[in-house]
Amino acid sequence: MDHVTDTQDWPQALHRILREEDVRQMSFVPDAGHSALIRLFEQDNNVTCNVLTSEQEGIAIAAGAWLGGQRSVLLMQSSGVGNCINMLSLATMGRFPLLMLVTMRGEWAEFNPWQVPMGLATETTLNAAGIRTMRADTPEDLIEITASAARLAYGADQQVAVIISQRLLGAKKW
Amino acid sequence: MVNHTLDRRAVVEILTRDRQNTLIITGLGSSSYDMHAAGDNDDIFYLWGAMGSAALVGLGLAQAQPNKHVMVLTGDGEQLMGLGGLATIAVARPRNLTIVVLDNGHFGETGMQLSHTGHGINLASIAAAAGFAETGRIWDEDGVGHLAEQIRVTASGPRLFVVQFKAENLPRSLPVRDAVYLKNRMRIHLGLSVT
Repeated sequence: MDHVTDTQDWPQALHRILREEDVRQMSFVPDAGHSALIRLFEQDNNVTCNVLTSEQEGIAIAAGAWLGGQRSVLLMQSSGVGNCINMLSLATMGRFPLLMLVTMRGEWAEFNPWQVPMGLATETTLNAAGIRTMRADTPEDLIEITASAARLAYGADQQVAVIISQRLLGAKKW
Repeated sequence: MVNHTLDRRAVVEILTRDRQNTLIITGLGSSSYDMHAAGDNDDIFYLWGAMGSAALVGLGLAQAQPNKHVMVLTGDGEQLMGLGGLATIAVARPRNLTIVVLDNGHFGETGMQLSHTGHGINLASIAAAAGFAETGRIWDEDGVGHLAEQIRVTASGPRLFVVQFKAENLPRSLPVRDAVYLKNRMRIHLGLSVT
């Protein structure tokens, strides 16, 4: 497979992996890098999707979903990680499985300087709050890492953020 | 000006007594103490932090358990911090989620500073504007009696009711603080596995 085909296929692969892990709820603040995956979930009648006003809401929804026996995944871009800090205490204190898929901005051929500070702070912030980060720089890695992160989260009650690099996604076109 | 005569502990007891098929999430602070004072049980998950999360934990639970009714008991300050979540819940439109805001118009845990509802903001109106199916503001015993009946009937979408009280600090009635324990006991209550 050439690089272009691979890159186009990763949302499909992630959707398949998460459905095989029996993810039944998906919440998101949109990012262009997530748009294909969001569409796949929204077309999936077996998954309840919640559009959020702020990323932290998804951490609370994921905890509630787990209380009720369902697995949830949370999609956001790197700027949204800063909105989550205190709410992450719910996941860590309750040892609630938490799987976040974070698309990066501000780190690779970025045009908008306002994306840079939170882009720099994304992994540090998550780690400081007790969240494991796993970074993917290629589509192949992303698919493998997401499968591993899902097992870790739902099987071992861990809080994991998959960091999807901006190099993988391609810089936003202006 | 409304004369607030309701006893919040009695109201919580009335709204949660003889509950059937209902799961309860309580926001941090007085709402948790009120629920604990009414009687601890495995169908209750108390929050001790994560301010602003209670209604959204309720949403995730309601979506996972469509055949159960989920009641969120929380304070005005806690719900104000999760104001955006009311829009998220309105869009999600669960038919099995009822939020009861125990509104004393103050931040009770931190020295009784006046909150936004104390300054006149009406959370029931905000929820109605967002598209909640049923909303209301209650300040007397008749209203509480009607509310207790109303929440036993299935709704067509999410509900939010504000029950107004005078600001007072009642003796604390402290639930368990270990969230892992509280999580697992609710999952066991629902017949789910524990890790």
